[in-house]
Amino acid sequence: MEDTVLYTIIVHSENFSGILNQIAAVFTRLQVNIESLNVSASSMKNVHKFTISCKTTPKNMDKILGQINKKMDVINASCYTDDEIFQSEIAMFKISTDEFKNSDDTSRLLRGYNTHIVEVTPDFIVVELAGSSEAINSLYRELTRIGCAVKQFVRSGKVAVTASPLEKVSDLLAKRAERYKDRLQ
Amino acid sequence: MNNGNEKISGSEALIRALIQEGVDTIFGYPGGAIMPVYDALFDHLDKIRHILVRHEQGATHAAEGYARASGKTGVCMVTGGPGATNTLTGIADAMLDSTPIVVLAGQIATEFIGTDAFQEVDFTCVTQPICKWSYQISSPEEITWAVARAFFIARSGRPGPVVLSIAKNAQVGLTAYVPQKVNYIRSYDDDPEIDMSRIEEAAAAINSAKKPFVLAGQGIELGNAQDEFRAFVEKGDLPFGCTLLGLSVLPSSHPLNMGMLGMHGNYCNNVKTNECDVLVAVGMRFDDRVTGNLETYARQAKVIHLDIDPAEIGKNVPVDIPVLGNCRKTLALLTERLSRADRSEWKDSFEAYRREEYEKVIRKELYPGSGPLNMGEVVNAVSEAVGHNAILVTDVGQNQMMAARYFKFTSMRSILTSGGMGTMGYCIPAAVGACVARPDRTVCAFTGDGGLQMTVQEFGTIMEQKLPVKLILLNNSYLGNVRQWQQLFFNRRYAFTHLENPDFQMVASAYGIPSRRVTERPGLKDAIREMLETDGPFLLEACVAEEGNVMPMTPPGQSIDNMLMEC
Repeated sequence: MEDTVLYTIIVHSENFSGILNQIAAVFTRLQVNIESLNVSASSMKNVHKFTISCKTTPKNMDKILGQINKKMDVINASCYTDDEIFQSEIAMFKISTDEFKNSDDTSRLLRGYNTHIVEVTPDFIVVELAGSSEAINSLYRELTRIGCAVKQFVRSGKVAVTASPLEKVSDLLAKRAERYKDRLQ
Repeated sequence: MNNGNEKISGSEALIRALIQEGVDTIFGYPGGAIMPVYDALFDHLDKIRHILVRHEQGATHAAEGYARASGKTGVCMVTGGPGATNTLTGIADAMLDSTPIVVLAGQIATEFIGTDAFQEVDFTCVTQPICKWSYQISSPEEITWAVARAFFIARSGRPGPVVLSIAKNAQVGLTAYVPQKVNYIRSYDDDPEIDMSRIEEAAAAINSAKKPFVLAGQGIELGNAQDEFRAFVEKGDLPFGCTLLGLSVLPSSHPLNMGMLGMHGNYCNNVKTNECDVLVAVGMRFDDRVTGNLETYARQAKVIHLDIDPAEIGKNVPVDIPVLGNCRKTLALLTERLSRADRSEWKDSFEAYRREEYEKVIRKELYPGSGPLNMGEVVNAVSEAVGHNAILVTDVGQNQMMAARYFKFTSMRSILTSGGMGTMGYCIPAAVGACVARPDRTVCAFTGDGGLQMTVQEFGTIMEQKLPVKLILLNNSYLGNVRQWQQLFFNRRYAFTHLENPDFQMVASAYGIPSRRVTERPGLKDAIREMLETDGPFLLEACVAEEGNVMPMTPPGQSIDNMLMEC
């Protein structure tokens, strides 16, 4: 059995309905769990961007990329290991205002992690932390350790930029249009 | 007729769009959710022939047979719900065998979608994993675009099935007819850029090879690259073996054609795969039935893989020189760079294995002298009687392997069989499609007693359309291939493989199909003559040895050259 690796896959697709389902089905087929998923508009109009992380073997990853790239409305898909990308996610913590006021440990911890406060109400405060998965895990763990009751906790899917120069989708599409220009006339 | 402002129904727009795509035949079955389209079709029967099948699965296999025999895109049309889900087997079959078909399925009106209305199935979602593109048309304005896109996708790149679900409101709503042409989709690289450095590398590897061997797949036919392939192997004097779907890429009698690859292929090919120094795979996908155990497959060889689908390269077998692109172009570029070679010694080395297979397997199968009829001898006798010039359609199982081994070909697009899916029941409807596509050619369809009963209802289509299918039933009263495996690997425990069969001649006669049963060797030739001389369809039932086996055989999981010659 090959060792598994944590991969981050970046997919660009047309903005049609049902693409997420088609991409997810590739993972279902290979029985690979998606650890984190972020879907958003990209910098290019009508192009959507998926950032997907999963743990699997290099061999399975080849199949996953081959099958995603084969989907008609997927423009391109490629994968990266952690040393090839800069990545970030956002977490929000809802904590009781009393706890925040009365516990020095809690407020110190939150400051130490560079969180920022999103909302303050008489009942609760909401703080936000943007950073690595590890930093978010670590803050949650420490809050629990000092006995701070986190009333709600939520985290986004990861987003990532590549360390190496990545061909822009607009350039890829422009090159492709150039290759097929005879047909476009 | 159309002044540009005229509004027509979505159904009328659909039929006009199909005609614009060159559709002249539809295999279909009407039902509630597709009735407006059927009504529109009724006004265009001068341009489109509709073949009414007896089950929607039959429509898909008929469309596949039509596509494979003609080189065009097959079309089938069904209603929603069960009519649509009945096409799933055919869609999956077309996907695995890269067959271009377009499935048009009715769907309830969009306002009812999501309410579990009568015959509502989320068909787009169900079909997405098993087809090249699946799309739901929700308004009449989308129809011409979706049809143009569907046909472009189905036939371009690596061909495959496309599904269009058409909501009832899109069928009945009014729209201006705006003809569309799609020949480019920016997210879809259907004609990948050829890397010339790979061409140079591949040509150099072949030129310096002492023992090159070529694997010919269906991609050659799909890419219309028969001439380019012939020039390639002839210039390099390169012996080749064919995959099941690639059997008719060049005539069986071509001196470089060494026959079939794989589990029931020709022994020499499997031995030479594991002996060659350069292995050149063209438009094939190293299916497990071709490779056997991958750990021992062609490990000594430098592997060159020509394919249009990047997902195939390196999927099963590690590739040393990937040559991505349309093989019609890549083969031509390679051939320009090949030095003319004479590899007589290498080619002659195949002969000993051919002789061994002939002595141990083929002679006994084809010329047994006494005992019951063999499947192989029936196939061989039919192939000889048609001058090796017919279209072969097979079902799945022993009949398929025997037909593949002993039927011979002289022209391309002559083998129609379910390779990837192994769909029993494929034969009769696919033969319907072949007869409709190629009325100029004889269609010989070999099936077994199991597979025949899976789609026997299409006898009705054959009867109604008076299609001249020459149907040969190799009846051994068993699900023969499974029985063979039970014999070899399950200690002869024949669990549910024996079939209590009906009188197939009576079944045929109920459909007005003339038939003849042969049980003995002396009557075989005359029965075949009668079958071929009869106008229209004919069922020849050959009662063959009940426990006949397809040999040679590579047992599953074994090295491909480790073939059993007898059992």
